[in-house]
Amino acid sequence: MTAAMTSSRGHRLGRAVSGGVPLVLVLLFVFLSVAAPSIWGNDASASNVAEANQSISAAHWMGTDDLGRDILARTVVATRNSLVLAVLATIVGGCVGIGLGLLSAMSRRLSRALGAVINVLIAFPALLLAIFFAVLFGIGSVGSVLAVGASFAPGFARITQTLTASVVSKEYVEASHVLGRGPLYRTFRHILPNIAEPIILYSTIHIGTAVLALSGLSFLGLGVQPPVYDWGRLLNDGLTRIYVTPGVAIAPSVAIVLAGLTFNLAGERLSDLIGGRRSAPPARRRESRPAEPSPSLAGGSLLDVRHLRVSYPAADGRLTTPVRDVSFSLAPKERVGIVGESGSGKSMTAAAIAQLVEEPGHVEAEALRFMDADLLAPDRATQHLLGRNMAMVFQDPGEALNPAIKIGTHLIEPAVIHLDEKKQDAKRKALDALRAVAITDPARRYEQHQHELSGGMKQRVGIAIGLMGEARLLIADEPTTALDVTVQRQILRLIDRLGEQTEAGLLFISHDIAVVSELCDRVIVMYAGFIVEEAKTGSLLASPAHPYTSVLLAASPRMGLDKSEPLMAIDGRMPGPDADLPGCYFAARCPHADSTCLSSRPPLRVLADGHRAACWHPLTEPGNAPTPEGVTI
Amino acid sequence: MAGLSVENLTVRYGAVTAVRGVSFDVADGSVLGLVGESGSGKSTVARALVGLTPSAGTMRINGADLSSRQARRRVQLVFQDSRSSLDPRFTVEQCVMEGLVGFRRRDASARVAELLDLVSLDPAIARSRPGNLSGGQRQRVAIARALAARPDVLIADEVTASLDVSVQAVVLNLLRRLRAKLGLTMVFISHNLAVVQYMCDELAVMFNGRIVEFGPADEVIEQAEHPYTRSLLAAIPEMGQRRLLSESAVEASTVTDPPPSGGCAYRLRCPIGPAADPEREICRTLEPAATAGRVHRAACHFARERDESIVPRA
Repeated sequence: MTAAMTSSRGHRLGRAVSGGVPLVLVLLFVFLSVAAPSIWGNDASASNVAEANQSISAAHWMGTDDLGRDILARTVVATRNSLVLAVLATIVGGCVGIGLGLLSAMSRRLSRALGAVINVLIAFPALLLAIFFAVLFGIGSVGSVLAVGASFAPGFARITQTLTASVVSKEYVEASHVLGRGPLYRTFRHILPNIAEPIILYSTIHIGTAVLALSGLSFLGLGVQPPVYDWGRLLNDGLTRIYVTPGVAIAPSVAIVLAGLTFNLAGERLSDLIGGRRSAPPARRRESRPAEPSPSLAGGSLLDVRHLRVSYPAADGRLTTPVRDVSFSLAPKERVGIVGESGSGKSMTAAAIAQLVEEPGHVEAEALRFMDADLLAPDRATQHLLGRNMAMVFQDPGEALNPAIKIGTHLIEPAVIHLDEKKQDAKRKALDALRAVAITDPARRYEQHQHELSGGMKQRVGIAIGLMGEARLLIADEPTTALDVTVQRQILRLIDRLGEQTEAGLLFISHDIAVVSELCDRVIVMYAGFIVEEAKTGSLLASPAHPYTSVLLAASPRMGLDKSEPLMAIDGRMPGPDADLPGCYFAARCPHADSTCLSSRPPLRVLADGHRAACWHPLTEPGNAPTPEGVTI
Repeated sequence: MAGLSVENLTVRYGAVTAVRGVSFDVADGSVLGLVGESGSGKSTVARALVGLTPSAGTMRINGADLSSRQARRRVQLVFQDSRSSLDPRFTVEQCVMEGLVGFRRRDASARVAELLDLVSLDPAIARSRPGNLSGGQRQRVAIARALAARPDVLIADEVTASLDVSVQAVVLNLLRRLRAKLGLTMVFISHNLAVVQYMCDELAVMFNGRIVEFGPADEVIEQAEHPYTRSLLAAIPEMGQRRLLSESAVEASTVTDPPPSGGCAYRLRCPIGPAADPEREICRTLEPAATAGRVHRAACHFARERDESIVPRA
């Protein structure tokens, strides 16, 4: 408790230092720029030859110059010149660079030429460019501002070009084009506002760099000319006497370093603020484990999941719970489908079973068993068992295959690692597996990389990898969602055929209840991290008990719908993983909900043999059949 | 009379020809469905129609040519993903207002409220940002924005593909209501044949940049003539039917690359083509053309030959 408080206090202190100090310094610099010349202007310009070239003393903290002027006062007064010039230089560089960047990102013809110029300029160190431009634009304040601005322009152009390229292909920019808006409108209304944030950060950091660059130019005598002075000029004047009266060099140096650091820190602080600008609500009460008895599960099941819960700490300290309470079992050779819309927790359930939930995710369950191995306390043997007997097929087959690794290596990996097979044997088996998933010319495909295969072919490879072990359970997470219907059919037929041959169980996850009903013996319907209904496929389709299932069935378009009737529809959205409701999570959208549903959570009850539903008013009770009028908008 | 008339539309991306001489008419106030697999060119047709992709060919609305930017405004496109088609920095009102031209500020606000009401949204959401809306609400805002330009033709490119089933129906019902109320001519693009059948009067099936079958939607679906259409239909999962696992209209091969030029582009996969019946040499040498003049036409040498295993639907 105490430790936690101390650490949180320390954390707060750290945040205050990193956040507050740059802010205070920026304000100080702004104040000095505005007020210093009128407060200390006289001290800074009053020459007093009698006190010339003095060292550090009580009267002159940093000494005096060769005309007896106070160095500290001069340094403070020079803040205005130094910073105003730096800001101007950044503005010049920003305007030129952003303009060039926008032009080159918008016009294909210009982009190549401008891109080449930007590339060349970026290759030179900025200070070198600044010196070159200073000579070109002439010595003095104007020349040095233009020079530093010009040396910044390539950097601004590059970042603008990159950011613009990512925004310009966004559909809202295309939509604007379709609506007849011109390129200027699109640039100022869509592109600039959407790239402004990073550009402002980049500019803030560059003010610091500009201070350094301008001081450098002045120091070299290329910048501001006497009688005007900035920090660089002061440093130039003082450097010859650094060993005699060190104050004259130290004061402007400290000012330069401080200003540079301040603007860099301020820029980073700004980017932190923008990155995490959502306000942090207080930590939330953790949900207690539901008290209802677990469903009686048949002994000897292949997979046994009881009260599974997956949670993640969110960035703002809250807890999000994509899987709230899931209990089911899967018998050997059985095919079970999990259906749910996006955000229902179906994929996360699969990930928890396959031990794929990574830190900081947290998996809790009363029981999580696969082939009698406890997945809640996995040891080496369990890992081997999983590698050998559980296969997983993912939605995006391209993501699941490492682009740098050959297809063949992907295939033999499980056999070599988990079955300790020799590479040669594994390769023979891999070629057989490729043939089994109907890949033509397997020897050639074995040597290829994933980008050389089509989407359907990659998914076949994914399934072939599953075949390489001795899979007792195949978990397929939306394996056909990214594929065309004809290819989807091929893959489903393949999964079906391989299931018959290997007698492996299947856990098939999909948003499409029709696809699931094609393959599976039993269907589980998930909503907002809960199982809301579970039944044999036929029974679920014929007499759904949960209103959500009934809506899902009625809203899924099928061939031969009556065109004169509107589709059954239900508006609203599923409560997110960060919601914490006392009652039924579907109640807000449910046509049958009453006050009970809002206040207390319905348990997953057995309604008939093998048919479970979590609803206070299940539709299978007489007189409660769904009416399309009730839920149509 | 033709609402939208497209003739010989061709789109090339460098060396790749994505759309090859596509022609079709959509009668005023009717809905044409465009189906086909990914890469068949259906979305490219949509982009070419609104001028997002340079194309060759002619497009007319009620006989008027569509080449100037102002004329293009008569064709509007609703994109697949409303998350990316609405500027996250705009309010709903600003989004919809983008479609309005020549309105004074106060009139524009009133018109936006009207449009939001038209798409069954509470006008009070005008001040919220797209990020705070649900997927269904966002898609309706996108539809309101397209309607703000008072289009004659609305193109819906997979507008429900990124929506959940329970919300998809809200958007489909809305589009059907709008079409009846405003007399919109629509091109409805989807990979979901059930949705297309529900929404459309006529149906065009695209394969490899061409329309391979065209006709009244119910007729194309119930009496498909092209073997590709038949295999598409056989691949639709239907609840509890176990149709996918049946043997009807299974394609001859799983290759996805189109065969070398000349002949029918579908021949390698065709269940009734040379891959299944080596005597059908003509498919290798001669590219099939659709019989002109028929209401229901298919570009296949053996188009009339029905696959007996397809059972007509109820």
